[in-house]
Amino acid sequence: MTRISVNVDGTTYEDDVEPRLLLAHYLRDRLGLTGTPIGCDTSNCGTCTVDLDGVTVKSCSVLAVQADGCAVTTVQGLARDGEWTALQRAFHEQHGLQCGYCTPGMIMAARDLLRENPHPGPDEVRQALEGNLCRCTGYQNIVRAVLAASGQHDTSGHQVGEEVPA
Amino acid sequence: MTDQAVAPEVGRRRLRKEDARLITGQTNWTDNIQVAGLLHLAVLRSPMAHARITRVDVSPALERPGVIAAFSGADLAEGLGSLPCAWPVTEDIVLPEHPPIAVDEVRYAGDPVAVVVARDRYAAADALEAIEVDYDPLPPVLDLETALAPDAPLVHAGKGTNRCYTWPLSTGESFEAVRDRAEVILKRRYHQQRLIPNAMEPRAVVVTPLAASGEYTVYSATQIPHILRIMLAGVTGIPEHKLRVIAPDVGGGFGSKLQVYGEEALALTVARRLGRPVKWTESRSEGALATHHGRGMIQDVEIAATREGRLLGLKVDLLADMGAYLMLVTPGIPILGAFMYPAIYKMDAYEFHCTGVFTTRTPTDAYRGAGRPEATFAIERIMDELAGELGLDPVELRRRNWIRHEEFPYTTIAGLTYDSGDYEAATDKALALFGYDDLRAEQRERAKRGDPVRLGIGVSTYTEMCGLAPSRVLRDLRYSAGGWEAASIRMLPTGKVEVVTGTSPHGQGHETCWSQIAADVLGVPFEDVEVVHGDTRAAPQGMDTYGSRSLAVGGEAVHRAARTVVEKARKVAAHLLEASEQDLEFSGGVFSVKGSPEARKTIQEIAFETFTNHDLPDGVEPTINAEHVVDPENFSYPHGTHLCAVEVDTETGHTRIRSYVCVDDVGRAVNPMIVEGQVHGGLAQGIAQALYEEAVYDDDGNLVTGTLADYLVPSAADLPDFVTDRTETPAASNALGAKGVGEAGTIASTPAVVNAVVDALRPLGVHDVRMPCTPERVWRAVKEASA
Repeated sequence: MTRISVNVDGTTYEDDVEPRLLLAHYLRDRLGLTGTPIGCDTSNCGTCTVDLDGVTVKSCSVLAVQADGCAVTTVQGLARDGEWTALQRAFHEQHGLQCGYCTPGMIMAARDLLRENPHPGPDEVRQALEGNLCRCTGYQNIVRAVLAASGQHDTSGHQVGEEVPA
Repeated sequence: MTDQAVAPEVGRRRLRKEDARLITGQTNWTDNIQVAGLLHLAVLRSPMAHARITRVDVSPALERPGVIAAFSGADLAEGLGSLPCAWPVTEDIVLPEHPPIAVDEVRYAGDPVAVVVARDRYAAADALEAIEVDYDPLPPVLDLETALAPDAPLVHAGKGTNRCYTWPLSTGESFEAVRDRAEVILKRRYHQQRLIPNAMEPRAVVVTPLAASGEYTVYSATQIPHILRIMLAGVTGIPEHKLRVIAPDVGGGFGSKLQVYGEEALALTVARRLGRPVKWTESRSEGALATHHGRGMIQDVEIAATREGRLLGLKVDLLADMGAYLMLVTPGIPILGAFMYPAIYKMDAYEFHCTGVFTTRTPTDAYRGAGRPEATFAIERIMDELAGELGLDPVELRRRNWIRHEEFPYTTIAGLTYDSGDYEAATDKALALFGYDDLRAEQRERAKRGDPVRLGIGVSTYTEMCGLAPSRVLRDLRYSAGGWEAASIRMLPTGKVEVVTGTSPHGQGHETCWSQIAADVLGVPFEDVEVVHGDTRAAPQGMDTYGSRSLAVGGEAVHRAARTVVEKARKVAAHLLEASEQDLEFSGGVFSVKGSPEARKTIQEIAFETFTNHDLPDGVEPTINAEHVVDPENFSYPHGTHLCAVEVDTETGHTRIRSYVCVDDVGRAVNPMIVEGQVHGGLAQGIAQALYEEAVYDDDGNLVTGTLADYLVPSAADLPDFVTDRTETPAASNALGAKGVGEAGTIASTPAVVNAVVDALRPLGVHDVRMPCTPERVWRAVKEASA
């Protein structure tokens, strides 16, 4: 067992964990945080994507001990005082989710993209989300949501809908 | 409570109620459930496709830290019945026993052989490695044709054959007769590769026992909580009234969660033995082996026509891979398709013959579209081949054969009565959006200048049957249950409304759409409606969600229940307003007396006053709640035209979708935003079959595409933007006029894409590319044609 101290979504937790425990399982099974679902065992699907000290990682490929002394942000830590972020609002308004299982990871990956590139083109959005699989939406509305959150329209000729301040 | 003017909800692009919890991570996935004393179940699976089990020793696992119990198949066999097959399509079907865990013999790689229960999931997974199993290998059965040979090794030795059933259908003139007078006859063989559904949420089940009362709550990532409850009672012998099944938030299904799985029965059995709560969650690679697969067919198709392109007859000979066992509706999937091969075309003869074949592979069952995509693929592909043979434009060939708008209702040669539709309108709209003529011109120009990147244009004019299903039809098809659906509406005393539905969503937005329907009929605000689903105690009656049935059948039940609420409220209103029922008008949620509009009550006020009232007259029930069970009179028949343009690089074999346009007629759209979203998702899955996905087995019967690293589920980078539009001919089978949309995109897109790929290469002498049309397959097809 190894003692770790991790700040998750603004709360610091001290825990003894097995060195092999994955961060994803630590968040889910130990802390009871439901916002980080797991979709695969090969780091291909991206549903468990979180922010680890400003770096976007798939939490199924990071050990909990590696998060010792770090700050983790999950989708549950995004809204402030019940106020959704622009990305969360955009996913809602553009119908960027159906079953919603991939949504936390999508939002975290899209957040990372917009941090790096506040005004991406549609192709850049598609490339940036390549590591996050969705089985319901066909991705089009996810791309629209990311563009809308960045204050842009897409180029497909479709109306993106109401713009959302980034 | 004041009455509010409510704009019509049905037809409105309503943002979804479901989203708030999903976007903020406050979800209720089955794997989230944590209860005191929870134990984790792990399943040891066969590493071989086919073998006799000679020894299982679980005792070394018991010595591992954290392990509470371990069981072999033999340990669990007592009291554990066969997993059900609810669709024995013929009287003489071969129905092998399907133990939830193998006892003597394993029949596919992934077949469960032992289980471990431990204090956490890591300990459980670790302990699996300690279990000792000896196998005596048996020959795998992998090829559908050789499996039927007299000397073939047998999947179920005791049954004496790998032939599960044969199911023929022959209507109209004899095919032989029309073949004699046909001027053109084409024969083609199409392969429907096996697909792994890969819903984003892996399967999971949690069982919590209440020892004192002998009750069990089963949480499962399932599409079918109601069916599952009945079936689990049958498999485990636990009485139905002691079982409560809850499908909490479910992360996609696509048919793969329309199932009664061994792991559900095993978790229940182990929880019962130990008297402790048990959780099992599959890993993705475990799911690839043990969650049922889709498709898996070989289609021999023959079409007969005149030189002018009039269809005379169609003959389909189908081999359908059942896999190792018959699961809930495995044998019925090809039979659903049987009725769809003639599609929207008129012809004089139709012959269909299906042989179900056992193989030593993961069982197959429903996957998005379930039989209909396969049928649509075959007819739409061979129509393109026929057009090529006759030198006709593929759209023109279709026009010459389809059912005209004015001919509806039309009974097809397969015996289905299509209620409504307008194929001309949808096609004309799609062609205009697509810029068909311009693309054809560009295609000719590219071919002329010998551009190695060829343009291909693919069309698919599909129909499907949704609204599963009229119970009388299901009886004729030997399906073991009816096709009804239930809904009830509870008017709470404060005027809030609970809509209870027997359908069980997993991403389709039922909470939003059912609220829209109820709000409209009742005249209450959308926000005042809550939809209750997926819990056999809170929503006790239902047939659940699959086959694009929810709206056309379940939505209709909600609609009828709401109308009954209004009629019951009218009786109470008449009493409260001291008027006769005939003198009451109901509009916007308000009952008012004709001629004296100031005498009025909202339906929400009536709910309250019904609750508090002490002197309702005799014969007026002190409730305005209502319940309806609807058995549909007919299927519904969405249709549409899909057009795909691809650029195929003849030097690398790479295919890029340049544009995709579809115009779907799904009847009345309750929520156009949700309709469009479901079309997008369907297209992605259909395109994936055309270009990317395939469950591949090696010669020993091992699945070699068992992870998302090997099995290509397309990402955002692999798919284009789609242009979608609609036409609208209301369904006649329900008051909403809704037809169903969840499977349309998948059914239509696969042939549209493959037709486009072949169209690009036809001038080079290519007449088919087997799915998925990977760069290697395309490249080889080009090389072989030019050799």
